[in-house]
Amino acid sequence: MWGRIRALVIKELLALLKDKTSRLMLIGPPLFQLLIFSYAATFDLNQVPYAVYNQDRGTASRELLASFQGSPAFKLKATLDHLGQVAPAIDKREVLLVINIPPDFSRQLLRGKPGDLQVLIDGRNSNTAMVLLSYVRTIVTTFSAKWAADHGWPSPPAELKVRTWFNPNLESRWFIVPGIVGLLTLVVALVVTALTVARERENGTFDQLLVTPLHPAEILLGKALPGILIGLAEGSIIILVAVKAFEVPLLGSLGALYLGMGLFILSAVGVGLMISSIAVTQQQALLGAFLFLVPAVILSGFATPIANMPVLVQKFTLLNPLRYFLVIIRSVFLEGADLELLLPLYWPMAVIGVVTLIIAGWLFRRRLY
Amino acid sequence: MNGGGWRRVKGLVRKEALQIMRDPSSIAIAFVLPALLLFIFGYGVSLDAKRVPLALVVEKSSPAASSLTADFYESQWFRPVRYGHIQAAQEAMRHRRVEGILWLRSNFASRLFTGGPAPIGLILNGVDGNTARIVAGYVDGVWSNWLVRYAAAQGRQLSLPVNVEQRIWFNPEVRSTNFLVPGLIAVIMTLIGALLTSMVVAREWERGTMEALLVTPVRLREILLGKLVPYFCLGMGGQILSVAMAVYLFEVPLRGSLAVLMGVSSLFLLAALGMGLLISTVAHNQFIAGQLAIFTTFLPAFILSGFIFDIGSMPGWVQTITHAIAARYFVAVLQSVFLAGDIWPVIWLNSLALAIMAAIFFALVRLRSRKRLE
Repeated sequence: MWGRIRALVIKELLALLKDKTSRLMLIGPPLFQLLIFSYAATFDLNQVPYAVYNQDRGTASRELLASFQGSPAFKLKATLDHLGQVAPAIDKREVLLVINIPPDFSRQLLRGKPGDLQVLIDGRNSNTAMVLLSYVRTIVTTFSAKWAADHGWPSPPAELKVRTWFNPNLESRWFIVPGIVGLLTLVVALVVTALTVARERENGTFDQLLVTPLHPAEILLGKALPGILIGLAEGSIIILVAVKAFEVPLLGSLGALYLGMGLFILSAVGVGLMISSIAVTQQQALLGAFLFLVPAVILSGFATPIANMPVLVQKFTLLNPLRYFLVIIRSVFLEGADLELLLPLYWPMAVIGVVTLIIAGWLFRRRLY
Repeated sequence: MNGGGWRRVKGLVRKEALQIMRDPSSIAIAFVLPALLLFIFGYGVSLDAKRVPLALVVEKSSPAASSLTADFYESQWFRPVRYGHIQAAQEAMRHRRVEGILWLRSNFASRLFTGGPAPIGLILNGVDGNTARIVAGYVDGVWSNWLVRYAAAQGRQLSLPVNVEQRIWFNPEVRSTNFLVPGLIAVIMTLIGALLTSMVVAREWERGTMEALLVTPVRLREILLGKLVPYFCLGMGGQILSVAMAVYLFEVPLRGSLAVLMGVSSLFLLAALGMGLLISTVAHNQFIAGQLAIFTTFLPAFILSGFIFDIGSMPGWVQTITHAIAARYFVAVLQSVFLAGDIWPVIWLNSLALAIMAAIFFALVRLRSRKRLE
């Protein structure tokens, strides 16, 4: 039995890797995308173009604006002379932020009274707007505290001291890069498996395979193992690049990480083979792959937290293997989590993998037409 | 093209349409895919954290501590959970049961009484930096309100030197659905365009029917046009469905004109279909075409289009690469037309880019098809 499976695995690997185009296809895009996406996907802002409409000629406004100019997060694009220029600058997306300082700003501050500062933000991307607002508030708070101390304002009776665990600088790259490892591993596993059975069906070779002495379970293993092998190999390369090139700290144990990755790839391969055996043509298989891939990524917590979703959708995400793997990989990388803490996340992936593989094997013989 | 040319194109369109009817997967791609995906995402995707689980640790109760924690219970942003001591709260955070810990030490009330400053500790889980920043902002808001009220009750006037008045344009209630849904339309249309066409030409090459077609009097450009017309109609159907769902189901305001939206959408669809045709022509068979489609469409459109991650904050060389992603231009137009209105400078520039991309794709398709025959 094992001899037959080995032969089948070798044949599948050859089909995937024999010519140069197919080999390039499996190695080039994932690494290239890891590199680009890791730099691209961040919620942190820098060099945000902004404009200033300063009606005040005093020292306070100059000091405040200097701290904006000194910050790498902001880049001064224009100094406006009248109110009419504000709307066009934001509308045309020339600037994301306009700082409007009224004429009495410095006078108020020197008199010991609060001065008003108006900030106008382009809300077309409301997340960018919120992040931008928090940056503005940080700069203004620092300025306020310094001004209050220098000019003898009364100090507040209590102060908030914020400490952040696991990612002290709130670098979103630390959050995103492990996420991209999960994304790309999923894509590779799907690319390897989702079209294989459909291709053989379309070409008629699958019927030939079914009339051989091979048991459907053997065919299933022969189709699944190459996907798991390639997935693990690529996953390892991607993790290596994430640690070495992007310097994301890997605090936890490799054993916990690989157990998670193995089970995740098992479930992804299971889903891929199930899609492939439901489909009659390769076009249908491709449609199926997207119908799984896109919701799996968007509802995984990769970019938008699962906790923000409605309860019904949150329940639905329990079927998504990527959801579990993202928590595992982020916890192992950043929190140094161990096996015990992650145990509740391992078994759902194993269940998804086994169930989908069984359905795929069952469909091998049921769909003969 | 003369009269015969048009007749031949008509025949090809008819043949392609019949093929579409026979295999329901194309119709599923054009209508079921956008409806299903928009439905899931429109409801599922949100960056607005609500009812964040927050651990409260009060080591020694006092009137001041009670009034502060009461504010957290009343806030719509938090779901406070009480813990007896800090170790229990930290354990809960390690198990991801809470997103943060607000910690009032035993000396809080006495320090407050003696004029302070009394420390209030906030510990956040920084793994998801974006959420942590949002939660910190919410805590800061609740806390500052409490502080001003507390000072006023003590007969002191508390004021910070600078008063920030914020105005978020186009989306004042910062509802993330308003920008995510238009962006999702661009991602979904990218998929539809590529899915519809990436397999069709590869299939004909694989089966040898392409060579058969080419020995007939039909010209190459007529074949391509025959492929394009039916899928363009299907894709526009999907686009109309998506816009209708955005406006009526998700209540995203459409401030610009529908005509502009549809005009730019058709340009984008041409570019997306052109990319699918190019994949189909470059690949030697459907298998490779399918793999290419999975790799080159969804993730680039998702991450590099500016739909969720701000392009201006990416490193320069990555920004250059984003110019090769058609969805980037479409996202810019969609977000503007939906939320801001018909901002012509934004529309013209991005439409021009889309037209150029579509032209390049079709030129490449023609070039590569001719090469394959030699």
